[in-house]
Amino acid sequence: MFEEIGTTAEGDLQINVGPQHPATHGVLHLVLTLNGETIKKVEPHLGYIHRSIEKMCESLTYRQFSYVTSRMDYLSSHINNNACALIVEKGLQVDVPERAKVIRVIIDELTRIASHELWWGAMAMDLGAFTPFFHAFRERETINEIMEETCGARLTMNYIVPGGLMMDIHPNFQKKVKSFIQLFRSKFDEYNELVTGNIIFQNRMKGVGVLSPEDAISYGCTGPAARGSGVKCDIRKLYPYEIYDKVQFDEVLETGCDSFARYMVRLKEMLESIKIIEQLIDNIPEGEFQAKTKAVLKLPKGEFYQRVETARGELGVYIVSEGGTTPYRIKYRSPGFSNLSALDHMARGSKLGDLIAMMGTLDLVIPDIDR
Amino acid sequence: MTNEELKLKITTLLPEAVFEEGGEWLNVNVNATAWPALATQLLHEPELYFNYLFCLTCIDWKTHLTMVYHLDSTQYRHNLVIKIKLDTNKPEIETVSNLWRTAEFHEREVYEMFGVNFLNHPDLRLLILPEGWEGKNPLRKDFDDPVNMIRL
Amino acid sequence: MLSFSQIASDVDQWLHKVCSPTWALVFEMVIIGVSVIGLFAVLGLVLVLMERRVAAWMQIRLGPNRVGPQGLLQSLADTLKLLVKEGMTPGGSDKFLFNLAPFIAMIAAMLLMAPIAFASNFQIWNINIGVLYVSAVSSLSVIGILMAGWASNNKYSLMGAMRSGAQIVSYELSAGLSILTIVVLSGNLGLNDIVLSQKDGWWIFKGHIPAIIAFIIFMIAVTAETNRAPFDLAEAESELTAGFHTEYSGMKFALFFLAEYINVFIVCAIGATLFLGGWMPFHIGNLEGFNHVMDYIPSSIWFFGKTFFLIFLIMWFRWTFPRLRIDQLLNLEWKYLLPISMFNIILVTVVAIMKWYF
Repeated sequence: MFEEIGTTAEGDLQINVGPQHPATHGVLHLVLTLNGETIKKVEPHLGYIHRSIEKMCESLTYRQFSYVTSRMDYLSSHINNNACALIVEKGLQVDVPERAKVIRVIIDELTRIASHELWWGAMAMDLGAFTPFFHAFRERETINEIMEETCGARLTMNYIVPGGLMMDIHPNFQKKVKSFIQLFRSKFDEYNELVTGNIIFQNRMKGVGVLSPEDAISYGCTGPAARGSGVKCDIRKLYPYEIYDKVQFDEVLETGCDSFARYMVRLKEMLESIKIIEQLIDNIPEGEFQAKTKAVLKLPKGEFYQRVETARGELGVYIVSEGGTTPYRIKYRSPGFSNLSALDHMARGSKLGDLIAMMGTLDLVIPDIDR
Repeated sequence: MTNEELKLKITTLLPEAVFEEGGEWLNVNVNATAWPALATQLLHEPELYFNYLFCLTCIDWKTHLTMVYHLDSTQYRHNLVIKIKLDTNKPEIETVSNLWRTAEFHEREVYEMFGVNFLNHPDLRLLILPEGWEGKNPLRKDFDDPVNMIRL
Repeated sequence: MLSFSQIASDVDQWLHKVCSPTWALVFEMVIIGVSVIGLFAVLGLVLVLMERRVAAWMQIRLGPNRVGPQGLLQSLADTLKLLVKEGMTPGGSDKFLFNLAPFIAMIAAMLLMAPIAFASNFQIWNINIGVLYVSAVSSLSVIGILMAGWASNNKYSLMGAMRSGAQIVSYELSAGLSILTIVVLSGNLGLNDIVLSQKDGWWIFKGHIPAIIAFIIFMIAVTAETNRAPFDLAEAESELTAGFHTEYSGMKFALFFLAEYINVFIVCAIGATLFLGGWMPFHIGNLEGFNHVMDYIPSSIWFFGKTFFLIFLIMWFRWTFPRLRIDQLLNLEWKYLLPISMFNIILVTVVAIMKWYF
């Protein structure tokens, strides 16, 4: 596994980035071929936290398997759970109460903001600025507190069950979310002042890691990584689920194709998420938070596929059912895996420092890649 | 294009294709030998233009393996599912990584998890599993690891 | 009045009274050596604590506040930890160079202490080419870094060292040229003489625009020369893990760490000496009364106050700016700073010849 790496036949330096490295945000292992500081090849070696979630899910029931997915892309765990619930509901043809749908969407968007906040801080840290990380965490903490009050967990929420929600929202929920919106709006300009407008930062980001729209589609890039190249790929718009077809929001598209475009997409996406929450927070319908479902769920024989938009891109859940209580085969099409595959293409010919910026803007979460 | 139109179009391209309906998307069963030519047409035919391969995976049915390709078109937004039956003992299929670059990683994943051999793949090596796992395919149904696998 | 120069001359007289001049000299050297090492240790502790507090303040957190009153003993505890840590030498490294490198870095920093005027008439070595000495010795520190990077047998270290080499050699030029502007203005090479030439006002005020340009370039260049963010490419945590000192641990790492902070102190001391009048109190032209009031504040306080102000500036840079890329770093030097400094030298020469400064 740890083969000796040294220099190539052409005399280029080979270097290990990771599996333990400050910029890989986890245990990603890249083998770089460098000519001086210029990157000639990036070769990802994955699997350091591969748990074979797909195999695991084959022995978990339809009520259990969604909890494992919280550990996949842990920064958008609620959205992963949502995908699992949606696919089971699709198979069982359960009507989810409106109240549950609205709350799901609000929490989805809160999760997205929290994820982008963390990304923003970590991205600045990759570029050598430490301070934004703490500023981002100040706001993220508020979201985590809301989550904690709502479902008892801060990161891996597991708030969703097939048919609705595990429990109703906390009485303080609306008040706290509104105060968060206020806090976020007041601090958002600070983000631009601290990072976006900085000349060093812009020089590090602009024209770096160029990914053409054709390549983005061909490499299967989704989410902000593809929207930075101007590719329309927001599942919330294209294949609406829950109540995304009833809320007003814009799909953020940038045409820069570089790291800066991807950066701007994520920043603006936070504002769009806030917009969605603002529309819904006062209009949570009264009623049940959970549909009546059987204790033991059995999906009919067949194949089901559900696509959702996580903070990183398109998550696909593919279930092949044989009619039993557990899936026969389950496949998670994770956004990070496909986004990572474009890294080699993007990084060739750029400098070592740029690679870190690119990895930052792809927003890699390693468990999401390895599953 | 709607599923019906897709069905007609694909029948003209490949008369022996077998369709499966009932699901959300049109499923097409194809032969492994006919697949490379069909894949090229699916991508390059201007009316179809399936340029986005959003999922590539494999299913082990114990008697045979099935490759599943989920295709989407960013222009027309129609979807298609291609299924190809493979022999369990000697699973071999032509790569599509030259058409959809995302397939390169996904095929490597399928290669190590199911042991499917992708012909003409540029770099068919283990991606997720560490060295020494060649030939052992964890997502096959007959794979057993009494130490590390937890049964519920 | 009790002042540093008073203490120094008292000690000198007493030593000459009790023993022969040769022995007196030897004793004085020992005293100086011990005080310099003591100052090093104290400065290291103070600067590390200051950096952490400044960082915490900018990052909306508290910083060290548990060890000792207000966390003042935190860096002492850290030093203790580093002292008892095992000093590891990686396999395949050049052991001699590996162990030598931190000392080279340290000694280069120590040597720079010699010509600095800490207070009026209080200087280790009043060398008449102090400015030249400073620019010559400060470039020695790159040898320590290159040595560390090469001897570690680690690719990250090597890349960090190479970056650092390119960076320090380039920025040496701008730093040197901006120092030259003050030499041109004051007509002196000795640091104490330069301080004395600012009796009627600091050069940053007297020297018009060229001095301000030189000051800004000097601050940028010394930030780069001391390998601090936004020019910390040699250690670039997110790219090269820790750059040239990746393989160092324990006290050897602490020496590099200390040398970095001492270097920051020294470049800021030199910046304060050249542009902000060193130990010279704030004087305005011939306003006798005002100048006299200012003289009541001891010269050492003026010196340390100015130096720590500049250190704060450098820390401020570190905790707000992202890091540059290596090619951008060299572009900044060779395409912008160097031509500007050269033009500035011409400008300042004209100013000096025409006596346009105050």
